[in-house]
Amino acid sequence: MPERVGVFVCHCGQNVAGVLDVEKLRDEISKHPKVVHAEDYVFMCSDPGQERIKRAIEEKELDGVVVAACSPTLHEDTFRRAASSAGLNPYLVEVANIREWVSWPHREEGEAANTKVIRVVRSSIAKLLGNKALESIRVPVTRSVLVIGGGIAGIQAALDIADAGLKVYLVERDPSVGGRMAQLSETFPTLDCPQCILTPKMTNVGHHPNVQLLAYCEVDEISGHAGNFRVGVRRKPTYVDWEKCIGCAACMEVCPVDVPSEYEAGMATRKAIYIPFPQAVPNRAVIDSKNCLRLIHGKGCGLCAKVCPTEAVTFQHDEGNQELEIGAIVVATGLSVMETEEFSEYGYGKLKDVINALQFERILAPSGPTNGEVVRPSDGKVPKEVVFIQCVGSRDPENWKPYCSKICCMYTAKQAMLYRHAVPDGQAYVFYIDIRSDGKGYEEFIHRTMEEERVLYIRGKVGKVYQEGDKLRVIGADTLSGKKVEIDADLVVLATAAIPSLGIEDLANRLRIQLTENGWVKEAHLKLRPLETLTSGIFTAGAAQFPKDITYVVAQASGAAAKALDLLARDEIEREPTIAQVNGDICTACGNCVEVCPYDAVELSEEKVAKVNEVTCQGCGVCVAACPSGAISLLNYDSKQILDMISSLVEGG
Amino acid sequence: MRAAQEQFEPVIVGFLCRWCASAAADMAGTSRIQYPASILPIRVNCSGSVDTAYVLRAILEGADGVFIGACHPGDCHYLDGNLKARRRVAMLKNTLITLGLEGDRVRLEYVGASEARRYAKAVKTFVDEVRRLGPNPIAQRRKEG
Repeated sequence: MPERVGVFVCHCGQNVAGVLDVEKLRDEISKHPKVVHAEDYVFMCSDPGQERIKRAIEEKELDGVVVAACSPTLHEDTFRRAASSAGLNPYLVEVANIREWVSWPHREEGEAANTKVIRVVRSSIAKLLGNKALESIRVPVTRSVLVIGGGIAGIQAALDIADAGLKVYLVERDPSVGGRMAQLSETFPTLDCPQCILTPKMTNVGHHPNVQLLAYCEVDEISGHAGNFRVGVRRKPTYVDWEKCIGCAACMEVCPVDVPSEYEAGMATRKAIYIPFPQAVPNRAVIDSKNCLRLIHGKGCGLCAKVCPTEAVTFQHDEGNQELEIGAIVVATGLSVMETEEFSEYGYGKLKDVINALQFERILAPSGPTNGEVVRPSDGKVPKEVVFIQCVGSRDPENWKPYCSKICCMYTAKQAMLYRHAVPDGQAYVFYIDIRSDGKGYEEFIHRTMEEERVLYIRGKVGKVYQEGDKLRVIGADTLSGKKVEIDADLVVLATAAIPSLGIEDLANRLRIQLTENGWVKEAHLKLRPLETLTSGIFTAGAAQFPKDITYVVAQASGAAAKALDLLARDEIEREPTIAQVNGDICTACGNCVEVCPYDAVELSEEKVAKVNEVTCQGCGVCVAACPSGAISLLNYDSKQILDMISSLVEGG
Repeated sequence: MRAAQEQFEPVIVGFLCRWCASAAADMAGTSRIQYPASILPIRVNCSGSVDTAYVLRAILEGADGVFIGACHPGDCHYLDGNLKARRRVAMLKNTLITLGLEGDRVRLEYVGASEARRYAKAVKTFVDEVRRLGPNPIAQRRKEG
């Protein structure tokens, strides 16, 4: 345990020194009986700053170091490495967070901030004095990756990892991979056909020797940690033997039940037995048990089974579970959009010709329910006046989502352009707040929409849409001219806010990853670690993290794949050794720790003492709080250390 | 009396879970959100690791309040440590009352990792609450004794 402590106070330029009296801090701290060296410097994280730490360790024979600087999440590793290179065990380095926790949030607190910072640094010294030199725990890794979500993000990540030679399990909850991209008409700004560019990747991922595609499956229980996760995957009942099904779709021709199609965003129906779309991968049928007459009544119908040439339709509840050994996880669960039913001003979804943008994608799609002919849902007429309304639910912190959904400006321009291609004598109007077209070729695309396609852009919001005969009266305001605008439209398309995929909260709980207030996957650092979650070994790609268009989704997916490959490129990974430890002499074998441990990492040995499994222990410390005799402690976080920290914080208060 | 109360700057020990409240406190700093300096934070691995002894030690040492920042129910990084903390806080409130103190001197707040504003607001509210309760009588007795 440290006897000769060095304290290094970082100014962080003016970030700390501009608020706090760093010299007073240094002088106060140097009065501490165990502090033999204290200095302050403008940037401790810089090379000269680190050199100062190394030199002091060597010259003053320091056996413990406290760096008072920014949050340990930023530079703890930097300072540990520096100390280590001077021969000090890295676990004898503590970082006191005096920037994020003191100087930045207390700029107006004057002396109170100076008093607080001394206490905070003293408490770090108190902790350091109880630290032991530790070696990190090394565990072998499982060289396989779980990718959750089979949209373009998941497909890209899976292919990159599989091409690098690692085993990939790609879990998709729908019967086919493809995700949102498979639903799109054309993609901006090139007007590529998404089916044409996506389906080769879908086929690849379906047949890659290193990819096991787990379609129509959900991720269940997850345990373990980076390098060694154990993941339960539940296959939902298909009622069709996929070994036998050849995807001929004969069953779909005879099924008498029509249900709104998820793939067609409700713009067309599907059958109770269905393959979601012709290019589906895997191309296998499933039965929707809620709507299948045979499954509802337990008898009758069965037409599909009669026509099936391979006798694949079983009606058997063929649910299955499997357990996977996984080294790293990529979360690529994508996005959804708000439904029109949410918005009273646009008719609560009761007006048939008020649709959301995803629905219009299907109407525009050459493979869609109208084969690309643009007709409106209510009466099948070709709409001659179409109003697009942007920012519906986005950028509206009072009522809906505070954020910009990022993709709507561009897809609205694309939809308006495609509409004009399909209906050359039609007029399109776009109500917008601002136009955000910050990508390669995006601004040019917007101009083309305005100038070549003569789409009329009106800056302002729409207050109301209501039915007037067979027209939709759209009442809005042009905020540039200050005039009221009324348009009698045939069709209204709402660019409703992008929202996280349904069920992300539940999945995040099981993965033990964090979400933002709005449900997007929270990254370890927004700027510098955008592909990692706060849980080591779990990465994120695509719109699960935040709405973004395909270009960026693919780039991020390849990035997340590289991160996963990086983690699994080694034979062993290092884990923090700060886990629970039992003092067998005073353990009474009461078993409280065994009961409270969330990981079943403690058991009672034959000698009637608690025993911690160092591989499964995650170091949460719940057992420490539950132990009545103080026999169990967390290495470098033991009760005495925390009690000493408390005393040094409160002392003199 | 009023002047004395206005001058009273409480000492509050804060136990911040490293997965949520501690990250939120980092973010509050980065976002330059201002809140009272009365809170003296200790980063812990899990709110469930906050032993009743820690809270009682803080109070006996003279802290005017103890704040525990935990993950939202269902979000615990270690499954359910936050719920264990919640039960422990309920018990601690009773213990404080037994000691002749106000149960409200200990508070558990759920703060998600991205909820910087929520963290700052929770600290402010608790500081106001402790100001209303006045100084910890144990600390007062010590000073006088």
